[in-house]
Amino acid sequence: MNDMTPIQTSLKDWETDQEVRWCPGCGDYAILKAVQRTLPEIGADPAKTVFISGIGCSSRFPYYVESYGFHTIHGRAPAFATGLKLANPELDVWLVTGDGDGMSIGGNHTMHVLRRNLNTQILLFNNEIYGLTKGQYSPTSRTGTVSPTTPLGSVDRPASPCAFALGAGGRFIARAYDVSKELPAVLKAAHAHQGAAFVEIFQNCIVYNKDVFADFTEKANAATGQLWLTHGEPMLFNKGTKGIALDAETLSLKVVDVVDGDWQAAGVRVHDVKNRALAHLLVEMPFGPFPMALGVIYDDPRPTFEAAVIEERARASAGKTANLAALLSKGQTWTVE
Amino acid sequence: MATVLESEPEGHTGGSVGSSAPDAVVVRFAGDSGDGMQLTGGQFTLSTALAGNDLATFPDFPAEIRAPQGTLFGVSAFQINFGSTEIDTAGDAPDVLVAMNPAALKTNVGALKPGGLIIADTGEFNKRNLEKAKYDVSPLEDGSLEKWQVLAFDISALTLEAVKPFGLGNKEALRCKNMWTLGLALWMFDRDRQPLIDWLKGKFAKAPVLADANIAALNAGHAYGETAELAGPLKQYHLAPVESEPGLYRTVTGAEAVSYGLVAGAQLAGLDLFFGGYPITPASAILHNLARLKEFGVTTFQAEDEIAAIAAAIGASFGGQLGVTSSSGPGIALKGEAMGLAIMTELPLVIVNSQRGGPSTGLPTKTEQSDLYQAVYGRNGDAPMPVIAARSPSDAFECAIEACRLAVQYMTPVMLLTDGYIANAAEPWKVPDPKGFEPFPVKFLEEPNGPDGAVLPYARDAKGARPWIKPGTPGLMHRIGGIEKNPGTGNIDYAPASHQAMTNARKDKVDGIAAGIPPQEVTLGDAGGKLALVGWGSTYGPIHQAVRRARRKGLDVSHIHVRHVWPLPENLGKILKSYDQVLVPEMNTGQLKTVLRDQYLVDAKPLNKTSGQPFTIAEIEAAIAAALA
Repeated sequence: MNDMTPIQTSLKDWETDQEVRWCPGCGDYAILKAVQRTLPEIGADPAKTVFISGIGCSSRFPYYVESYGFHTIHGRAPAFATGLKLANPELDVWLVTGDGDGMSIGGNHTMHVLRRNLNTQILLFNNEIYGLTKGQYSPTSRTGTVSPTTPLGSVDRPASPCAFALGAGGRFIARAYDVSKELPAVLKAAHAHQGAAFVEIFQNCIVYNKDVFADFTEKANAATGQLWLTHGEPMLFNKGTKGIALDAETLSLKVVDVVDGDWQAAGVRVHDVKNRALAHLLVEMPFGPFPMALGVIYDDPRPTFEAAVIEERARASAGKTANLAALLSKGQTWTVE
Repeated sequence: MATVLESEPEGHTGGSVGSSAPDAVVVRFAGDSGDGMQLTGGQFTLSTALAGNDLATFPDFPAEIRAPQGTLFGVSAFQINFGSTEIDTAGDAPDVLVAMNPAALKTNVGALKPGGLIIADTGEFNKRNLEKAKYDVSPLEDGSLEKWQVLAFDISALTLEAVKPFGLGNKEALRCKNMWTLGLALWMFDRDRQPLIDWLKGKFAKAPVLADANIAALNAGHAYGETAELAGPLKQYHLAPVESEPGLYRTVTGAEAVSYGLVAGAQLAGLDLFFGGYPITPASAILHNLARLKEFGVTTFQAEDEIAAIAAAIGASFGGQLGVTSSSGPGIALKGEAMGLAIMTELPLVIVNSQRGGPSTGLPTKTEQSDLYQAVYGRNGDAPMPVIAARSPSDAFECAIEACRLAVQYMTPVMLLTDGYIANAAEPWKVPDPKGFEPFPVKFLEEPNGPDGAVLPYARDAKGARPWIKPGTPGLMHRIGGIEKNPGTGNIDYAPASHQAMTNARKDKVDGIAAGIPPQEVTLGDAGGKLALVGWGSTYGPIHQAVRRARRKGLDVSHIHVRHVWPLPENLGKILKSYDQVLVPEMNTGQLKTVLRDQYLVDAKPLNKTSGQPFTIAEIEAAIAAALA
């Protein structure tokens, strides 16, 4: 995010006159609403806000937000955003991408925008499928996913976006899902972070990959399947009856039972958003008895890329003037009379 | 120009290095890629320029940074043609060949003019190096070099002797060989050593002992020339300064000229410059140069790949800076989709393509003009984009400014073509006065431009250009992208009429540039006649000289040099049709030829060369003679 004078807007002010063209029931509608609800709350200025996307269902997003917007080409939104932010660091830039766009064709750019720490919010809508091209399996699809290109089930192992982002040097890693009421809070935290803020949003593709996240998003599974993280709070789930502890022997996390709310006795860890080692364990937390780690997993800012570039340019320019005539006649010259 | 060939048109009876005052001389320095031949050539170039001679150079080096020592493929050469008259090419055949080892002799001697002078370092003609160069017997001893003059002596030993007082190791001491050789060359052409001594002091400021050793080697080489003058073929020559327009001069390479032109173009547009690049031979030098010009409002960004480099440049252009990206053939191919995005979103962008031999990795360090199709046609969809080609290192300066002008005035990406030869070669340049440049300031949209306060990003001006709207401007929020859009609002719109209208608008806009560029002129010769040679890019020099010579012989031939490759100047078709024959010399298999045939239904004939080496004047002269026979 950027420091800016808060602007008074309402959700309506962030809606465009464009007809939204996602499939009825698509999780993207909920994400759009959550973003449009968040923008007034953070005092965003439509004139200084830019939504940039790649290609895919998620990437139609900019057309529906009344701000500046740019629908780039497949996978390249982070690179485009880098040029835009360097040209005008005042802009508040949101990247909208998907599992195919951000993890497959644009994986290289996702890696480098995180490594460089460009000051943006990166929203990766993960539906574990290629929706816009009619349902092929994606780099986040689980092994065995049956799709038009994998009629016998996919054989390759999926990528984990948050583990990737953390490995690439990301300094803010968060997770939420499309219809979660917590999504605006996660978006706000991402916006408050100075630097590249990576948010994986599980999104239900009701046409090609329906309910693939139901094991933790369904109401009936929420208690056992969701671990909402809060900095400074114990990592509890299932209404406080279970918690996450560290197995010192194997340097891995384990699920422990919490009796009578005594989480200390059970050895439950307190979440610390600045603990990078813990973040690595949380994003790699496997399924099985484990819940899905949601909320802000990691948040430890570092100086941003554009600030460093601007500082370097200022340093290099100090005491120099942009004298073109002097530049052209630099070096050894001679005069013809 | 005036190579030796010009003063002695037959060119086969003794070189100019025999007459006391030649008009021009061609010298080639050849050695191992680690011998510092490019540096030697560069410094000799500078001293030549300072002596007031006109010149053209041709650095020719392998793709390997340090190829195995003594091998044939590891030879690095630097050719310079200089003289007291106008010089347009690096010269057909050298008069002097400096061969630092057997491999350098073997790979270069064939080019040497009969009667030309070979200077060879006998210290390197040992058994091992001879074997590596595939010589059974030393060519210095078997009479195989008898049609040339040979001056062979132990440069290695003489260098070691000269630098002995400085206590360097053997390896370091031998590194001074190139300065010894340069000293001898400076003596041969009556040059002042002082600028070079100053340069060495600066270069080795942190290691004064190396500066002293190199200076000692330089002086020793020079002294050798003086003392050996009386014996053998070694003679001193003085080439009078060329008659040039009065003014301040310097030498410039194409990569430097492009960099300065981009900086100038951005200034004239009133914009900051954003340059996104990725390392690639022979284009990287532009990124290196611009990285040092931050005080000119230049931001350079070394991206993670070629695609990111152009995508970032487009992002910067969207943000209101002048986005520029640069690469060579393979990298340009990677950028193709993003060029389409810039065409679709109608944002200014300059794409510099320093062409090299292709396809694929091809010949990274050799020159070719084989990306014309890629530049004009190489994108998906109907994707028109203006293309400008520079003809020489100094011409690249003006071309870069022109590319910036078209980009911002027409809201379009523009491709600027140079090549490996232009990028690396140096020539004297009369330093232009920036006060003489016509500014083309950009005006961003600041108020809604549609009815009832509507924002119409795709409204068009008389040239067909859309407004440039900077994000951050209150009240002008809009969304655009690579998807087809409504002709006014820019919103997604795939309606048949919209795609038809937008396709037409994009084409008409770029076609219309033909009215905004200078009309084509006949570069040399008459308007109309028997034969026109039509060229573009770096073939300018050899074509121009070949036509000049042919005309002196009374042949009816003209030279037409095309700078604006796309769209072509409005009057070009008419001009071409005024000749009986049209011949198109190109370092490719006939790309401009195809475009001319397509555009004008003229029977343009190709003259092609794809050896990685520039045309010689003689090759083109022969083609002219054949066409008019």
